[in-house]
Amino acid sequence: MVGITSYGAYIPLYRMPRIEIAKAWGIAPQGKGERSVANFDEDSLTMAVGSAIDCLRGIDRSKVDGLYFATTTSPYAEKMVSTIGATVLDLDRNTRTLDFTNSLRAGTGALIAAVDAVKAGSLKNILVTGSDTRMAKTQGDMEQTFGDGAAALIVGSTDVAVEIVDSVSISNEMIDVWRPSSEPYVQAWEDRFCFDVGYSKLIPEAASVLLKKHKLGPKDFARVVISGPNVRRQQGMGSALGLVPEQFKDSILPLVGNTGTALPLMMLVEALEDAKAGDNILVLSYSNGCDAILLKVTENIEKIRNRSGIKGQLASKKDLPSYQKYLNFRGLVPKAPAARPDRNPAAAVAMWRHAKDHLALYGSKCTACGTQQYPPQRVCVKCHTKDQRERVRLSDKKLSIFTYTQDNLADCIDPPAVVGVIEFEGGGRAAFDMTDRDPSEVKVGMNVEFTFRKLYFNRGIHNYFWKIRPVR
Amino acid sequence: MGGSIKDRVAIVGMGCTKFGERWDASAEDLIVEAAYEAYEDAGIDPKDINAAWVGTLWGLTGMAASKPLKLNYIPITRVENGCATGSEAIRNAAYSIAAGINDIVLAIGFEKLKDQGYSGLDLPFTASAGGLMDDAAGIAPTTTAPAMFAVMATKYFERYGLSPEEGKRMLARISYKSHKNGALNPKAHFQKEITIEQAMNAPMISWPLGLFDCCGVSDGAAAAILVRADKAKDFRKDPMYLKALQISIGGENRLRDDYDYTHIEEIYQSGIAAYKEAGVTKPREEIGMAEVHDCFSITEAVFMEDLQFSPRGKVREDIESGFFDLDGGLPVQPDGGLKCFGHPIGASGIRMLYEMYAQLQGRAGKRQINNPKLGLTSNLGGEPPGCCISTFLVGGKLG
Repeated sequence: MVGITSYGAYIPLYRMPRIEIAKAWGIAPQGKGERSVANFDEDSLTMAVGSAIDCLRGIDRSKVDGLYFATTTSPYAEKMVSTIGATVLDLDRNTRTLDFTNSLRAGTGALIAAVDAVKAGSLKNILVTGSDTRMAKTQGDMEQTFGDGAAALIVGSTDVAVEIVDSVSISNEMIDVWRPSSEPYVQAWEDRFCFDVGYSKLIPEAASVLLKKHKLGPKDFARVVISGPNVRRQQGMGSALGLVPEQFKDSILPLVGNTGTALPLMMLVEALEDAKAGDNILVLSYSNGCDAILLKVTENIEKIRNRSGIKGQLASKKDLPSYQKYLNFRGLVPKAPAARPDRNPAAAVAMWRHAKDHLALYGSKCTACGTQQYPPQRVCVKCHTKDQRERVRLSDKKLSIFTYTQDNLADCIDPPAVVGVIEFEGGGRAAFDMTDRDPSEVKVGMNVEFTFRKLYFNRGIHNYFWKIRPVR
Repeated sequence: MGGSIKDRVAIVGMGCTKFGERWDASAEDLIVEAAYEAYEDAGIDPKDINAAWVGTLWGLTGMAASKPLKLNYIPITRVENGCATGSEAIRNAAYSIAAGINDIVLAIGFEKLKDQGYSGLDLPFTASAGGLMDDAAGIAPTTTAPAMFAVMATKYFERYGLSPEEGKRMLARISYKSHKNGALNPKAHFQKEITIEQAMNAPMISWPLGLFDCCGVSDGAAAAILVRADKAKDFRKDPMYLKALQISIGGENRLRDDYDYTHIEEIYQSGIAAYKEAGVTKPREEIGMAEVHDCFSITEAVFMEDLQFSPRGKVREDIESGFFDLDGGLPVQPDGGLKCFGHPIGASGIRMLYEMYAQLQGRAGKRQINNPKLGLTSNLGGEPPGCCISTFLVGGKLG
């Protein structure tokens, strides 16, 4: 049996009610609810990592031998991003890494590809992530309906919690929703064309092929995941498929937004949080055709309940203080430069030299005196023994703030720049940038945790590292 | 430890430019201004100089001094030790005399910071940023100089139970005193008095440090002529004798989890070494004045405890009682300090000695301290912890 053995999700902390966007421009709101807004230091890679960390809870990372990263908003047009993810997640060097891009079906496509690889016996446990931070021009529908988020699933053949029984895919060439590689903003053709010719035809077609093959009807499903651009279209499709609202209920579109590649996977994770052994689940993922995936829940589902998942991530939130913050986070308005020296660009050589230590966040532990220290030291900070050390991964350690400052002078997109001097569980001290924080809540002694973020972009290079945040 | 510098070297001439936003002055102008004041003060001809040490954060070789001053074919060395750079130039110059190699040496420090287009300090290096030896990968946290000292203030308040209001008031009293002194100094960058309320309510730079908790970013240069102590009276009747020259640099406190962030061990260690070198046993009583590295108000507070002027955790009492005021028991920053005199990095250590020199000679005008006895100067290079501290002692008499 091949299927899902673990799941995880990531939703950025910040949410913005759709009505606030409408009010900012004096335009009509696109439905109720809110959208998630990735912080200025988040992108599709950092969110994918966030969901993967959730998904890897209690999982032996050395058993993962594949990492598939799906997105339409890869930080690089040429350069593999799943290799960054594999290093960050401290996966084995022999992990097969692959980026799936350019389509909102890339997430379900990666999932189907993972199933095939495990069925074929070439890989055993593949971590599949879907993540997107799609950009919309201001004042259009998509600015309100889009959202940012990520989901992760592990596909394997032992202790399967959700069997992936079968899938069908239909390819359909049309220009309905697209983004040329030279442009940052998603475009769409006339709504009526997109839906009458595409969405409303392709989804029922794929569903009916799969259901006929397995002699199943609409009533046989506990949940049907239907991707769609907004709540109205998704619900309309649910009814058109002969389903009752309980079967296609969804929190992502109303409370997070259309998260693109991640959407069907996030919806699936939410469905799995409610699922019980024996449930049939159907996933319908739409974009230039449709992927229809048939899943069957096993009793192992009860063993993987301790995830933050969609429920946890939905509940852990803060209102974005203003619409202007959103414009600033996404770089949609020109910002006056800080009166500070330019930051030195990162050297690719040094990034390579320290890749493991920086991306997986390793410290060292002196094997002579046992002192844990960060960054890794050749000469021990305590007993001064040379080169007697072992590497220790610190990214998942408990942390607390020893002292801190809130700096208004530093070049920071969301001032003040909060820097915390932290203590690692097990020893060691270091200063890290703090993110996703309300400055007024920062206190000496508060517990914090690591989150993988983008520090800056310079000379075409995205420089990623770890920051601290209040425990989510 | 080997020998002591005590009474082996004297300063017989000094010069210091006005510090501040010297828009019309180039580095060359500043160097020439400081050096020629020192030549004239010592009564020497530039041709008499055997060697020179020049301190600057930015530069390339001893040419930083040879080119503007046309010092030809003598050894000149450029030194850098962060904000203790000027002191490092003095130390090297003094040691060359004590070694018997040179007779007359120029030590000069300068910085031209106000061409950069913003307040604050750019650095010519990325190494050791945020505690990392190798930051070519660019992962150091988003910090500025005030941020790395502000973390000490946060911890000091927390450790000693000061409310933000009490802590801010203590720090404001430090800056209030320095502004009062700076107002008496025509060469100071800032020459206006401020109130404690002004300091407490100033715009926040890096919590809990506000605008008046931060020193000036200035252009300036300062110079000294050093000679053998036994020849000093050939130059002038009132030379200043070097009693102790100590540098202490830490290697690991930033990474250690037993460091408290409320003191700077390197200050404490350099103080102990300097007191030993000069034979000082009761610093609070024996030292008559001090210029310490008040890059930020909290730094001065910590210096007072680490130099053993005030007991640990008790500096607030001395600050608020006026013990460090010009008319107090141990005047600190009589010239206004980095806070008001300004802080052109390479010049600051020598500028501190310039004030000691003027005070010991009774030439400090309205700032004159009655019988200043022994003077102490102390610089801090880098960011605490694990920084570079110089602590010097000087006096007007031998023995």
